[in-house]
Amino acid sequence: MKLKALKAAFPYTIPIFAGFWFLALAYGIYMNVSGFSFWYPFLMSITIFGGSLEFVAVSMLLAPFAPLQTFIMALLVQARHLFYGISMLDKYKNMGWKKFYLIFAMCDESFSINYTAEIPEDVDRGWFYFWVSLLNQSYWVSGALIGGLTGSLLKFNTAGLDFVMTAMFVVIFMEQWMKQKKHHTGLIGIGCTALCLYFFGSTSFMVPAMILIIVILLAFRKPLEEGGLQ
Amino acid sequence: MSPMTLPQQIMTIALCVIATMLTRFLPFLVFSGKKETPQTVQYLGKALPLAVFGMLVVYCLKNVSFLSGSHGIPELAAIAVTILIHKWKRQMLLSIAAGTVCYMFLIQIIF
Repeated sequence: MKLKALKAAFPYTIPIFAGFWFLALAYGIYMNVSGFSFWYPFLMSITIFGGSLEFVAVSMLLAPFAPLQTFIMALLVQARHLFYGISMLDKYKNMGWKKFYLIFAMCDESFSINYTAEIPEDVDRGWFYFWVSLLNQSYWVSGALIGGLTGSLLKFNTAGLDFVMTAMFVVIFMEQWMKQKKHHTGLIGIGCTALCLYFFGSTSFMVPAMILIIVILLAFRKPLEEGGLQ
Repeated sequence: MSPMTLPQQIMTIALCVIATMLTRFLPFLVFSGKKETPQTVQYLGKALPLAVFGMLVVYCLKNVSFLSGSHGIPELAAIAVTILIHKWKRQMLLSIAAGTVCYMFLIQIIF
């Protein structure tokens, strides 16, 4: 049962392997050249397991101690996970002991795969979710560790490889788009986020974007529900 | 080097962990009791995902400058390739690989 779920889950995680290794290596190297031992990227990638915050945390560690600012900044960077939780309430129900790990390790990529993947009938859903989450985290942690150990010894001629993440979210967006009869919510997501990026700039657009998405989804609840959400 | 003492560093990292876990666990803690999940939250659970995937696509492009440099042409071209290949074959890995290779080619060789 476990092995079968692993076989079903692995192919979904291949693009994540490419993207995570690239980004996590870069993160480990960044910590190394900033003067931190490999223990930092290693332990931080296990415990935080959220790429963008881990990068931000490097600059926090290089600045004077500011606990309140750190906490608020971290909440703002990670706020989008609230949306993932709300979307996964049903899927992660009755997962037993796995549920804790599934929520703990729910990064952008694991959420996206676990929400959209077409899991075959004869594969155990819990184990499928579990393997996707665990494989993704192991890619990230190993990349961060290797980057932290080797530092700038590694030479990059892989410019642009990080686009694998963008391409993956485009494909996942399309898959979800094709599954739904009406596509207004997708356009709301893109429109609100692009609008906020334009007005608030790339460092502080996410929270306003999330608020705007919620407000618009609630304001147009009736037509959207009648339009046929699954 | 970090200007902090080791305990201060540990606290900084711990605060990042706590904030992250708060955002991941909160919906499950609030809505997983014996009470039924409120209608509004159930509705959001259905309406949010496609909006969130759209949000994530824009999020990936947040550092693309459309007014200077390469004007976002490599990004938009590579996204177009990803979409077309995916419409054509509908195989996730193939579409992702094609888009990424296209992007790497564009920024390494052309732009």
